[in-house]
Amino acid sequence: MKGALRFLLPAAAFLVLAVFLYIGLFQDPGRIESPLIGKAAPAFSLESLGDPAWKVGSDDFAGKPWLLNVWATWCAGCRDEHDALLAIARENRLPMMGLNSWDDRALALQWLTELGNPYVSVAFDPEGRTAIDWGVYGAPETFLIGADGRVLHKLIGPMTPEIWQRDFLPLLAAGSGP
Amino acid sequence: MRRLALLAALWLAAGPAHAIDSGPAFADPAQQERYEVLIQELRCLVCQNQSIADSNATLASDLRREVRELMEAGRTDAEIRSYMTDRYGDFVLYRPPFSARTWLLWAAPGLLLIGGLAAAIVVVLRRARVARNNPASLDEDADPS
Amino acid sequence: MIPELGHFALVLALLLALAQSIFSLAGAMRSHPAWMAAGRSAVVGQFVFVALAFGALTTSFVQYDFSVEYVASHSNSQLPLLFRVAAVWGAHEGSLLLWALILGGWTLAVTALSGGLDAPFRSRVIGILGLISIGFLLFMLLTSNPFNRLVPAPADGLDLNPVLQDFALAVHPPILYCGYVGFAVAFAFACATLLEGRLDAAWARWTRPWTLAAWLCLTVGIALGSWWAYYELGWGGWWFWDPVENASFMPWLAGTALIHSLAVTEKRGLFKSWTLLLAVTAFSLSLLGTFLVRSGVLISVHAFASDPARGVFILAFLIAVIGGALGLYAWRAPRLKSTAGFEWTARESFLLFNNVFVVAALGLILLGTLYPLFIQALELPPVSVGPPYFDLVFLVPMLPLLTLLGVGMHAAWKRGLLQSWRRRLTGVAVIAVVGAVVAGLAVYGDLRPMTTIGFALAIWVMGSSLLIPISRLRARQALPAAVLGMVIAHFGFGLATLGITGVTSFKVEENISLAVGEAATIAGHDFRLTELKRVDGPNFIGVEATLVVSRDGEAVTTLRPQKRLYNSGGNPMSEVDIDVGAARDLFAALGDDLGQGRWSLRLQYKPLVRYIWLGALLIALGGGIAAFDRRYRRKEVAQDAPAALATSASR
Repeated sequence: MKGALRFLLPAAAFLVLAVFLYIGLFQDPGRIESPLIGKAAPAFSLESLGDPAWKVGSDDFAGKPWLLNVWATWCAGCRDEHDALLAIARENRLPMMGLNSWDDRALALQWLTELGNPYVSVAFDPEGRTAIDWGVYGAPETFLIGADGRVLHKLIGPMTPEIWQRDFLPLLAAGSGP
Repeated sequence: MRRLALLAALWLAAGPAHAIDSGPAFADPAQQERYEVLIQELRCLVCQNQSIADSNATLASDLRREVRELMEAGRTDAEIRSYMTDRYGDFVLYRPPFSARTWLLWAAPGLLLIGGLAAAIVVVLRRARVARNNPASLDEDADPS
Repeated sequence: MIPELGHFALVLALLLALAQSIFSLAGAMRSHPAWMAAGRSAVVGQFVFVALAFGALTTSFVQYDFSVEYVASHSNSQLPLLFRVAAVWGAHEGSLLLWALILGGWTLAVTALSGGLDAPFRSRVIGILGLISIGFLLFMLLTSNPFNRLVPAPADGLDLNPVLQDFALAVHPPILYCGYVGFAVAFAFACATLLEGRLDAAWARWTRPWTLAAWLCLTVGIALGSWWAYYELGWGGWWFWDPVENASFMPWLAGTALIHSLAVTEKRGLFKSWTLLLAVTAFSLSLLGTFLVRSGVLISVHAFASDPARGVFILAFLIAVIGGALGLYAWRAPRLKSTAGFEWTARESFLLFNNVFVVAALGLILLGTLYPLFIQALELPPVSVGPPYFDLVFLVPMLPLLTLLGVGMHAAWKRGLLQSWRRRLTGVAVIAVVGAVVAGLAVYGDLRPMTTIGFALAIWVMGSSLLIPISRLRARQALPAAVLGMVIAHFGFGLATLGITGVTSFKVEENISLAVGEAATIAGHDFRLTELKRVDGPNFIGVEATLVVSRDGEAVTTLRPQKRLYNSGGNPMSEVDIDVGAARDLFAALGDDLGQGRWSLRLQYKPLVRYIWLGALLIALGGGIAAFDRRYRRKEVAQDAPAALATSASR
């Protein structure tokens, strides 16, 4: 039966397809990896949320690792992660900057008063321009920036203590080592 | 969410969002057309399967604004696209750029057509040879009935 | 009580589907007439119980039984009756029930109309259809039961998504599903043939009308969906290459290839294994589409709420059904041989090339739709494949397809004999090129290459189709239904090409802002906003704009687009208004209140857009006429049956 092998081709092709479909079932098609990972963090200098005369910039923490958390008051996930952020701030391991994007200054200040402030400083980005520079497409997002100014990791979605332990701390340990 | 089209029973989280770009048109119609083509080819990241032209998400309107400003600043289409991919990756382009990841996609039309035509020509030539060698085979019909 | 009865009916239907498969397949294997008869009775029972379950769910909707979770999630007390009924298939669980009902209906029809078939073959077909029913009923009962109760019952339901509250969309799923599920018949015929390991012309003759019927439902379903997207979603677009649209288009393309390939197998006994493969493929792609839409593996605006458990179940079902059929194919298809020959200009050649182009188009859409999934599974950075890709690559097979189609439909079987057509076809070709140039220059004042090619091919296909009835009538020859159907369908394809070319090349779309009393000019038409007023409906509040459209000072029409906010919440919806015309549509959608009495509006001029759907309907009509050709009628086939039996006995 030479030539009969070609009749196996459709079944073989289908099996390959099925393997891909199976893998696909357990992945999130909406997950978009940031092209910024490993690259220098985009620079910005914005008004502070609390005081328009004060500038908050990407080089405020130059030389040490820091976190950038993008949030807004209209974002439900931001409320969910707030306690986790406060806990991280209490650990006092590294400074966390807030980037308040697409938001209203008064509402944002009220939010921090009510829920507590995990941030060392908060940059105010009402038109989302800085957020776009950072490739943000939904709040909350949290970036880990290394001591060399490169983006080490990006989390899309709410921070939890588990994610902090699992995804952030090992990178921090590796980044601060020799 | 205009694309909420075919299969009807589709269920979505949000209702249809209708983007009417209310920014001013470019004075030059050629620029306006360039702008429209560009925003049609950029994918909105928060709204599943829509271009930034079609979505009324905040991010989409901000990205339209970025495109407009980059055009006004005299940037080329390629520069505007790389501005977007630097921030959001190739995911943002509805027309995937040719790369190691996408060569198969772009080679597929040629491969499929050449492969298919070659196979069909082989079959046609073989059947024509059957017909030449055995003219009676020309009058064979499928069913004896 | 009624929902529990519905649930119970589903369980009974599952048991009957099991009986249908086991008795039919075992009966066929052992040529046991009583078992085969039992299998056929189970078909009737299964259909009755699925219909009872469907009736139970419909009753729950009609009677506002919000204690049923599915009813509470997809309707409310303000929803009109028509949409309460349509809400039955408005989401995942109910649409599966509709699938099962339609599959039961097709199975019943096959059982009732296949008395002329060889008994074991008929039983195998019924048994395989039963296996598919088992899969769907199990899927529903295990992962997606529409009869689940809510305790405590809410006082009122949520709502049917406002975009789905539309007549075209209410009837769209049943028609579309008739198409998807209808390919199960061709699939079952193919599998039964592979099981028996022989294929005679009766097989092709039996499969063809069923395939045509399913294909015409799918054609109408796709056209309705496209038309609905055009007017309901406020965009004026008619095709978006969304994965869900592709999921319906791929089986359609496979079905298109199949009916052309079946023609050759029926007439000449050629391409047997290829035709069987297409029959398996068409239904496999229907199932794949179901998987893609319901498992959440692709990003689509249409996707059903996804659940990995459902995904795993459908994938297992896909592997069983498609993998099983393709395995059977690999095992049995090599035995199928044919000895007939044809000259290279014969109709057989052209139909083969048709298959090459249609299947290439299918392959490109499949690849483009699944490519992001492949890339992601390989853990590479994600890519998007969107309309700019599909628009471009789809042309690659379509241009040669249209070109060859004009010649191919005149080629005779076996020998081609195209010489007699040469002069007439040259005439049509000249008319096509001249017509395209004249239309481009005179009507639209533009002569872009793709536009000219599109118009020329459209006129070429339409003119070439018309040559057939003209010359047949002139020569006082008969015009059999199969030929007439082919002519109409091909003419419709040309007409759709004309519409697509026209609207793609010359549409004008503008977003503008107007206050009452102001006007804007789009493609020579002045749109004057004369009034803005409040309009309220049974379950929404809204605003309506009145736009008086005139051309050169003469009144053309008045458009009244609305913007609605449904009581059930969600984003505001735009109800567009369209002035329909033979040459163009004028299209107005109301956008946002910009303050100070100004509103944003989207105004569009859409030349020839109607011909896309008119063409699609002609394609479906052609399929319908061809399905009723004399040779497929029951009596004739019944006469052939003894002959078919005799052939099989002699082997």
